[in-house]
Amino acid sequence: MSSCAKRGHRLNSFILSAATLWQRELVRFWRQKSRVLSVVASPLIFWLLMGYGSNDLARYYSGTLVLTVMFSAIFSTISIIEDRREGFLLSMLVSPAPRTSLVLGKILGSATLGWIQGLLLLVFAPLAGVRIGLADFVPVIAAMFLISFTLTGLGFAIAWKMDSTAAFHGIMMLLLVPMWMVSGALFPMATAHGAVKALMWANPMTYSVSLLNYTLRLPNTGPGAAESLIVTVLFGIALLLLCGMIASQKATRSAA
Amino acid sequence: MIAVENLTHKYGDRVALSGVSFEVRKGEVFGLLGPNGGGKSSLFRILSTMMVPTSGRATIAGIDVAKDPAKVRRQVGVVFQTQSLDKALTVEENLRAQGHLHGLSGAVLRERMEAAMERLGLFERKKDLVDTLSGGLRRRVEIAKALLHRPQVLLMDEASTGLDPAARRELSRHVETLRDKDGVTILLTSHILAEAERCDRLVLLHEGRIVAQGSPRELCARIGGDVVVLESAEAESLAAGIRERFGASAIVRDGQVRVEIANGHRFIAEAVEAFPGAVDSVGLHKPSLEDVFVRETGASIE
Repeated sequence: MSSCAKRGHRLNSFILSAATLWQRELVRFWRQKSRVLSVVASPLIFWLLMGYGSNDLARYYSGTLVLTVMFSAIFSTISIIEDRREGFLLSMLVSPAPRTSLVLGKILGSATLGWIQGLLLLVFAPLAGVRIGLADFVPVIAAMFLISFTLTGLGFAIAWKMDSTAAFHGIMMLLLVPMWMVSGALFPMATAHGAVKALMWANPMTYSVSLLNYTLRLPNTGPGAAESLIVTVLFGIALLLLCGMIASQKATRSAA
Repeated sequence: MIAVENLTHKYGDRVALSGVSFEVRKGEVFGLLGPNGGGKSSLFRILSTMMVPTSGRATIAGIDVAKDPAKVRRQVGVVFQTQSLDKALTVEENLRAQGHLHGLSGAVLRERMEAAMERLGLFERKKDLVDTLSGGLRRRVEIAKALLHRPQVLLMDEASTGLDPAARRELSRHVETLRDKDGVTILLTSHILAEAERCDRLVLLHEGRIVAQGSPRELCARIGGDVVVLESAEAESLAAGIRERFGASAIVRDGQVRVEIANGHRFIAEAVEAFPGAVDSVGLHKPSLEDVFVRETGASIE
C-alpha cells in the first residue's frame, strides 16, 4: 500500500469510529426519550420560578439555556464512568481505533444531545420576549452547539479518570454549578462585587452566556461579542485536546 | 503465539504478579486457573493492552503488548468478565459498532457479522435488544463481537461468570469449535475447575506466582494414584499417624485429612483398621486440578 493510500485508510477508520460512536449516542437517546424530560424540565422550572418571581424572564433566559445544555452534558459524561466499569467503553479501549477518534465521537455525540435538548427550550423564547428571526436562527443554533460542545468536553475531561459516579456528583456541585452561578446567568457582571467580578471574567461559562445574549439580542453586560465567541471557541479546542491527551495515556493501574 | 517473560506487576506496594513466564502455542485453549486475587485479572489486563506491566515482557504474535498496543489490538479479540455490550442497542447494532471501531464497513462487515452470528447461533436474535437477552446469549454476543476482525487470539476473562452449568458447557463447546474450525488461539482465565479441565494446557496462579503448569492430565498425574479424604475428630494426630505408618503425604485441611497414595482402596481398609475409631468417614477420588492446587499451595481454588 502506498503511504498516501495508507493515510487515506487511516483517515477513513478515524471517521468511521467517531461516526459510529456519535450515532450510538443518538440511537440510545432516541430509545430513552424519557431522559429528555429530566434534563429539560428542571431548568425550565427554575427559569419560570425565577423569571416570574422577579418579573424578568428575559434576564434568566440565556442562563437557562446554558443550564439545560450543562445538565445534558453532565448526564452524558456520567455514562462514561458507568461505561468503563461495565459497558461499551471497555471494548472501545481494546479496539485499534485511535483514542482521539473515540474522544471526538463521544463528545460530538453527547454535544449533539445537549444541543437538541437546548433547542427544545427555544420554543419558550417568546415568553422571554425573544423573537428569533430567520437571520438570527443560524447564529443562535450554532452558538448553542458550540456551548454544548465545550461543556461536554469539560464533563468528559473530569469524568474520564473518575471511578465513581458519586465523586462526579461532588465535582458537579462544587465546580460546575458554581461556575454556572457566576456566569452572568443569575446576576449581571456590571453590579457584581470585585472578587466575584474577577471570577466571572475568568469563568469560561461567562462567555457562553454572553454569546447567547448577543445571538438572542438580549441585553448583555458581560464580555463583548467577539471576545465571547473567541473565548468559547478556544475553550472548546483546548478541552478537546486535553480530552485527547487524557484518553491516550497508558494505564499502569487497574482501569476497569 | 503468546509469550510471557518474567512479568511482574505492582499496585503501589502490593505485588499482583511476580516473575510470571509461560508460552501459549498456536491453536490451543490455554487456561489461567487460580482463586480470585491470584493475579489472573492483572495478567489479563496486561495481555489485553489495558495496563502496562511494571516489568517483564509479554508478546502476542511477536508484538510487544506494552510497546505497540494498537498493533496487538488488531490481532486480539477480548471478552471481558463484565459486560461490554450496549444494552440499549440490538445484537446487530452492537456488532456493527464494533466492526466500525475495527475499521470494517460495507459488504465486508455485513459478511463478517453474518458469519459470526451464524457461528455463535445468534442469527434469530439479531434484531433483539441486548437488554432482552439471557446471560448465556449475551456472552455469545460478546464472543461474536470479539471475533469480527478475525483475530488470531481470543482472550476471555472469566467468561462463564454468572452462567448456569448448561450455558457454561455450551460456551465451552463454542470455544472448542473456534479452536478446531478457525484455528483461533484462546487464552481464558477461570476459577472454575470444570472449565479448566477442558483446556489443552494451563497454569495455576497463586499469589501472583505460577505454582504449576502443564496439561490437566499431566498436572493430575503428578499426584500419582488416588486422593483419599478422611474425616476425623482428631485430624492432626491421624495425619501424623498415617505419615509415620504409610510414609504417604497426609495433610490436614478444613478438618479433613487428605492423603495422596497409590491403590487408595487398599489404603482405606488398612487405615481404618490401624486407627480404630479415629476415622468418621472416608472418600476416595482420582486426582483433580483442585487436588493439584491444594498440594502446591495449601489453599483451595473455588
